[in-house]
Amino acid sequence: MSHLRVDLRQRAEELVALYPRPRSAMLPLLHLVQEQDGYVSPEGIDEVAELTGTTPADVRGTASFYDMFHLEPVGRYVVGVCTNIACLLAGGEELLAHAARRLDCAVGSTTDDGLFTLEETECLADCGHAPCVTVNHRYVRTTTPEAFDAMIDEVRSGRRDHEIPDHGTLVRVRRNGGLRVPDEVIAAERAAAKAARARRLEGAG
Amino acid sequence: MAVLDAPRIVTSRLAYEDSHTLARYLATGGYAALRKALSLHPEQVAAEVDQASLLGRGGAGFPAGRKWSMLRPSEIAYLVVNGDESEPATFKDHLLVERDPHQLVEGVIIAAYALQVNRAFIYLRGEFALGLERVQTALNEAYDHGALGRDVFGSGFSLDIVVHPGAGAYICGEETALLEGLEGKRGFPRIKPPFFPAVQGLYGEPTVVNNVETMSNLPWIVLNGGAAFAALGAGRSTGTRLFALAGRVNRPGVYEVEMVKNTFRDLIYDPALGGGVPGDRPVKAFIPGGVSAPWFGPDQLDLPLGQDEVGGQGSMLGSGSVVVLDDTSCAVRAAWRITKFFSRESCGQCTPCREGSGWIERAMYRLEHGGGRVEDLDLLLDLCDNIAPGLTWPPQQTTICVLGPSIPSSVHAAIEMFKDEFLAHVETQGCPFD
Ligand SMILES: Cc1cc2nc3c(=O)[nH]c(=O)nc-3n(C[C@H](O)[C@H](O)[C@H](O)COP(=O)(O)O)c2cc1C
Ligand code: SF4
Ligand code: FES
Repeated sequence: MSHLRVDLRQRAEELVALYPRPRSAMLPLLHLVQEQDGYVSPEGIDEVAELTGTTPADVRGTASFYDMFHLEPVGRYVVGVCTNIACLLAGGEELLAHAARRLDCAVGSTTDDGLFTLEETECLADCGHAPCVTVNHRYVRTTTPEAFDAMIDEVRSGRRDHEIPDHGTLVRVRRNGGLRVPDEVIAAERAAAKAARARRLEGAG
Repeated sequence: MAVLDAPRIVTSRLAYEDSHTLARYLATGGYAALRKALSLHPEQVAAEVDQASLLGRGGAGFPAGRKWSMLRPSEIAYLVVNGDESEPATFKDHLLVERDPHQLVEGVIIAAYALQVNRAFIYLRGEFALGLERVQTALNEAYDHGALGRDVFGSGFSLDIVVHPGAGAYICGEETALLEGLEGKRGFPRIKPPFFPAVQGLYGEPTVVNNVETMSNLPWIVLNGGAAFAALGAGRSTGTRLFALAGRVNRPGVYEVEMVKNTFRDLIYDPALGGGVPGDRPVKAFIPGGVSAPWFGPDQLDLPLGQDEVGGQGSMLGSGSVVVLDDTSCAVRAAWRITKFFSRESCGQCTPCREGSGWIERAMYRLEHGGGRVEDLDLLLDLCDNIAPGLTWPPQQTTICVLGPSIPSSVHAAIEMFKDEFLAHVETQGCPFD
């Protein structure tokens, strides 16, 4: 039984089919798990292991290397404030301190209502709009405390949900474009996976 | 020479709101370069790029044509595009990926044709949510347009491109770590030799890795010829280049300027570019090529924006990011924050990098936040010397990749240039700029 929703499971199989080797789909698959569960859940890890032909320990060990993957649940909106060099020179530390006061939560933790997690980030490659703020990896470009507060109010009320989807950096890729995978590639991949499963079952006998 | 006289090579379309769409791309001459390339022999295309003397725009500045010629002949070979863009204060690829994805895609197809590879990957940092969406959409449109897939424009050449999301790791910009990320592993840089992925890269097969901006130059080069590109700039630094200007300037942003013909002063002060420093404060220092690069002082403002010009003065043009510090910026705090970045992003494989970065960061922290001691300056220089013996530039390497040896550059420069400031921090047991 698949832990991923039907549509995400299908997307996951398409992703695996895109690469010469299944393991290469590791990072995009973990993004899908995070999109569904809000974090990299144990069930999601098991499924990624199955899809990539690895073990759950291997998947977890890989995911833990990458900052974007949360191995524990986080708030619905992950707010990132950059304090790296360009943002530092534009008041990034002050904006981060303001954000912590405004959200009433320490940097690196989640608000009591589970709505916001606040993170200090490294450079997000948007230094022309310093200090850089993102919400669920969308650049919101609120560089002053006042703009930050207004943005938080809007996010809290759900008014920004159309542009700031839940977790998962690939959400809109799927919604707006879809992947382009030739049907025969997917068919071949499915057949190979089926054959591999059959071999495993035989081996277990 | 007026700063904006040079042709716009990679930013020509950005004035349009819909610069990312296929319709706009086609209306502005898009995919004509690909058709032209397909009418030539692959070697002819490579020869144009060689003649252009296009230096890689990712950081190391290696000539693209030469890199391509090193690709080991093999049944299977790959092209991988580096869009990880995580060097602090670098944000030029961000612009190209979001605002002109078709130019990138066309460049990748041209390169793949020249190299005769049938599979390419575009690795984008995972935080580029909109960029991932735009590039995937551009790929879908290119497939529908016949520019990608089987038999591109009826030429018999076939190519598939996959866009691959990273997941937040600076080190995955290093090309061998990037390949590890693409293989679904932790982003550990690979031990050299082999020195070049062109010999042994993705899945052990020959692989060319090039930066997003490098690729985005190709359509223009094919259309206008390598000689026209090489006629811009001077010496080894040909064409134009994107500079990401940030820090204490009135108009931070990404600017395309002709190589060598302009100076750092032009970039920072020209009204059409940086527009000067807020409040007309004096420039105290600037970082010429990403935070791995040694700093420059105001006496180097008139240095031309060229690879060898900057290299000859003991720093590097690197990733094309320029960060300006004015007399209100604290050098100790700036250097501390840069070390904090390195100590967070060290992948941990090599002892000098893993332990050294954290140690330097802690010493810098206590200097900046009260608790610093005079001996800390010697300690810091000693630590720096242990990571990069001799403290020369380019640094000697004690580690698997050059992240480690990049750590000392800012600390070393800050101590050399602003020793008084360090001592004032010790004296007041805090930051005099607070
Ligand atoms: C620590 C480290 C980080 C790097 N980050 C990037 C990066 O984000 N983007 C990039 O294009 N190159 C980066 N590079 C350089 C790449 O290793 C490689 O030289 C480059 O992608 C080659 O492309 P080019 O020849 O077109 O410049 C980095 C190198 C190191 C050592
Ligand atoms: S130098 Fe640092 S980042 Fe590079 S491989 Fe060694 S530990 Fe990793
Ligand atoms: S330094 Fe903050 S986004 Fe680049």
